[in-house]
Amino acid sequence: MRRALPREHFEKPLWHTPFHPRIAALMTHEQWYGWGGYLSPQVIRDEEMEYFAIRNAASLFDVSPMVKYRIAGPDAEAYCDRLTVRDVSKLKPGRVHYTAWCDDEGKVLDDGTLFRFSPTEFRLCCQERHLPWLLDSAIGYDVEIAEVTEDIAALSLQGPTSYAVLRDAGFAGIETLKPFDIRAFETAAGPVTVSRTGFTGDLGYELFVPPDQALALWDLLWTAGQLHRIVAIGFAALDLARLEAGFIMAGSDFVPAEHAIRADRRRSPYEIGLGWLVALDKPRHFNGKRALAAEKAKNAFRHCLVALDIDGNVPAEHALVYHRGKREVGHITAAAWSPTVKRNIALASMTRPYGDTVVNDLWVEIYALRELVYSKSLVRARIVERPFFNPKRRSATPPGVF
Amino acid sequence: MTPPPSSAGKTWDAIVVGAGHNGLVNACYLARAGLDVLVVERNDWVGGAATSRSLYPGFLYSNCSYVCSLLRPEIMRDLELPKHGLQVVPYEGGVILKQDGGYLGTFRDHDAHRREIGRHSLRDAEAYDRYSAEVIRQCRFIRPFLLRTPPDPTSLKPRDVQELLYLGRKFYDLTETEMADTVRFWTMSIAEFLDEFFETDVVKAGFCISGIIGTALGPLSPGTAYVLLHHYMGDVDGAIGAWGFARGGMGAISESLASSFRASGGTVRTGASVDKVLVENGRATGVVLDGGEEIRGRLVVSNLDVKRTFLKLLEEPQLPADFVKKVKNFKIRGSSGKVNIALDGLPDFPALPPSAPFLRGDMHFTDSVERMEGAYDDWKAGRWSADPFLDMMIPTTIDPTMAPPGKHFMSCFVQYCPPKVEGHDWTDAERDGFAKTVVDQIAEYSPNFKDLILHMEVRTPREIERETGLTEGNIFQGELTFDQLLFNRPVPGYAQYRAPIGGLYMCGSATHPGGGVMGAPGRNAAAEVLRDLKKPAKDMSDAYPVL
Ligand SMILES: Cc1cc2nc3c(=O)[nH]c(=O)nc-3n(C[C@H](O)[C@H](O)[C@H](O)COP(=O)(O)OP(=O)(O)OC[C@H]3O[C@@H](n4cnc5c(N)ncnc54)[C@H](O)[C@@H]3O)c2cc1C
Repeated sequence: MRRALPREHFEKPLWHTPFHPRIAALMTHEQWYGWGGYLSPQVIRDEEMEYFAIRNAASLFDVSPMVKYRIAGPDAEAYCDRLTVRDVSKLKPGRVHYTAWCDDEGKVLDDGTLFRFSPTEFRLCCQERHLPWLLDSAIGYDVEIAEVTEDIAALSLQGPTSYAVLRDAGFAGIETLKPFDIRAFETAAGPVTVSRTGFTGDLGYELFVPPDQALALWDLLWTAGQLHRIVAIGFAALDLARLEAGFIMAGSDFVPAEHAIRADRRRSPYEIGLGWLVALDKPRHFNGKRALAAEKAKNAFRHCLVALDIDGNVPAEHALVYHRGKREVGHITAAAWSPTVKRNIALASMTRPYGDTVVNDLWVEIYALRELVYSKSLVRARIVERPFFNPKRRSATPPGVF
Repeated sequence: MTPPPSSAGKTWDAIVVGAGHNGLVNACYLARAGLDVLVVERNDWVGGAATSRSLYPGFLYSNCSYVCSLLRPEIMRDLELPKHGLQVVPYEGGVILKQDGGYLGTFRDHDAHRREIGRHSLRDAEAYDRYSAEVIRQCRFIRPFLLRTPPDPTSLKPRDVQELLYLGRKFYDLTETEMADTVRFWTMSIAEFLDEFFETDVVKAGFCISGIIGTALGPLSPGTAYVLLHHYMGDVDGAIGAWGFARGGMGAISESLASSFRASGGTVRTGASVDKVLVENGRATGVVLDGGEEIRGRLVVSNLDVKRTFLKLLEEPQLPADFVKKVKNFKIRGSSGKVNIALDGLPDFPALPPSAPFLRGDMHFTDSVERMEGAYDDWKAGRWSADPFLDMMIPTTIDPTMAPPGKHFMSCFVQYCPPKVEGHDWTDAERDGFAKTVVDQIAEYSPNFKDLILHMEVRTPREIERETGLTEGNIFQGELTFDQLLFNRPVPGYAQYRAPIGGLYMCGSATHPGGGVMGAPGRNAAAEVLRDLKKPAKDMSDAYPVL
């Protein structure tokens, strides 16, 4: 069973993850931040080098603080199908899918990945904590739900040479692992569960082990990675990569419904670009279905999420979006100059019909602080396809060696 | 005692009866608007239930109210209270000690707090954010009403209609689910409300506390969820629901108000107890002090609770019979006591990790809703609780000004203490019996506590009423139940701070939005006075918008 939480848990409220000793040894500038109660690196050595490791070689990021729930039992499939908006009956054992879950009013509680290990065992990985919601939704299902964040150490290995790293580290057969596959590997660090997933939109893998194997796994990858330019990275680099990949984040690009104090801040999946996940036609009922079906039928979405390509090279962080330069029609939720696609990119939450049927004549107001003076400019923004960056190597199987 | 000012025979623009913090807030705004204002206070000091008293050498006691959150920031700023000495410092921790030797602590750090609840229940730990979001939603609904005069629902005056529409619109702005939640929230018990979020007794007991403080209701009584809101709708520098200490004790609030008032030319006269409000031709024209001295004023504002104002300072025939009846029926049941202690050192609590910030916050020993309800059962029977519920603080763990270094002032607020013991007035022996339950409870968890006691002030409702004039010692000048809120506070038809007698106003906690050291009744009443005088309210800034 679970270890009880220690009484002295508060003495250092940002706990160390199982990989902490290795990251701390590499850390040069002590740029840490708190991720869900864990000490996580913002930047380990050099943000730009870390970003380019993702796009040029291999990057290693500690995702242990990601919240994880184990869902197991005879009704696990039916339960997950009820909980989430996608059709879980189509998710085969050994596969993962990206999904979202809603409250009864069809407002998004969170997005995340659902892992299916066997017909009766799943794992839900996400940003926010949902135990009460998960337990309440389980009423009537023969299923056990446990919060297992602390029980699993996790690493994200991303970048063009990530496949080569795993191959050289002795993950026999890794070349046949397709995107969204999960498989267990016997390695010198013990058994490791690997999924071909990630938050960078690049070729990449996520690796899961019990905490006591964590350092052995790190060392195994680190050693094999030396020839493939492996770099340990912090969140700053990842945040840029995820924007290029067009991924949204709870708390940044949308407010999880249970935390939204203002009712109008809640969003349906359709309003944050996740409409493609919603399987209104799946045979089983699911939380929020009635509301979502009505919303869809009436085309009643009030907002939409768009990808923007903005003139100039000044990132439009926190900017407002205007139609014809006058009417406020949305706001930027994430923005950056993309080193890889060489464009000034952003995600924006828009008030319909702007961003949906009215797509022309959009402007963003950017305040650029230059030597203590703000220079304000109104620049053109064009709606473009998400993701901004989607390389072929991401999905090629077997992956190339770059 | 301040000597009578040499202004015998003069007619003041306004006389404020009572220098409680609301009386002082009211007087400040009136003085700033250019009125010549006199405040008359029965005690030799100002503040009413917001005072710091030196009852043992070297120590200051916040002997009634002891923590600050509700005082509206608009008031602090308008009246320049920081310049006059006010400083509010947030406190840090908090804990409930359990009978089985365990405890549940409070932490300001979000993840530490989650893990602390997680030591008791992982589910409850993850329900915490959900719960806070819901309470803050309810706070957002109520906060805009604090600095507004409630509408009279029977009136067709444009202002009343407008205010009713405002109320209606606020409600209409809610989604269907929010409307249902709001109506439920305003009427349900705190225990039921918590059952919807939490499963663990000690966790629920912790969140219950604000639902019962100062109220003659138990955690299972309907209406207590709203009382929780009343304790949650304040803030410390924008941190909603946070509480802090006024540096120098709660009297620092009243002293800063008095200082601000004097700086605007106002006069405070302490040691002057008002016996009657003078009424001539149906209008208030001044007051008569104990001893017969008459002071004339063009208008009179009473800071006292409604029972004292109308049943003691006025004669029944001067008032509409129906009004008198409603005042008599106004629920103002005393339900709280207080034990203030000077300590020779910081008590040990061996169950608690020494590195925790628990002593720098509110401490409790009631670890279940059931025990809390049990404490209330004793109150209903007219007894003090055998197993009392304490809201205990040691302000000197944060405030260096209230006791000599190394020594501590401890404030124990005791919820449930009856106004009379089994129908008769309190005796001194009974008061000591009440104190014993409190001291014994603390000593159960702190072996060295009793040895550290240097001095103790014990206050049952009898002592509270005697000193502050709060009828039955009711800390809010009247229960905060839904039937006595908004346009029904204190009495339907008289919620706009005007008495049924011309020139007489009410500004105490008995009026909207109610009790606690908030200042809102005092300010709202000043706005009405100035409206009647057709004078602009100078320095009264708009209520801060709720974004
Ligand atoms: C034990 C206790 C603990 C509390 N704890 C807290 C707390 O921690 N935080 C919080 O926010 N609130 C607390 N409260 C509530 C809060 O203190 C009161 O609601 C608030 O102080 C009341 O202020 P007021 O100005 O409306 O009235 P009062 O403070 O009651 O002021 C009335 C004034 O009128 C004077 N007076 C009475 N009769 C006469 C007369 N005949 N002539 C002249 N003057 C007269 C009184 O002496 C008094 O100064 C507590 C109250 C008590 C009693």
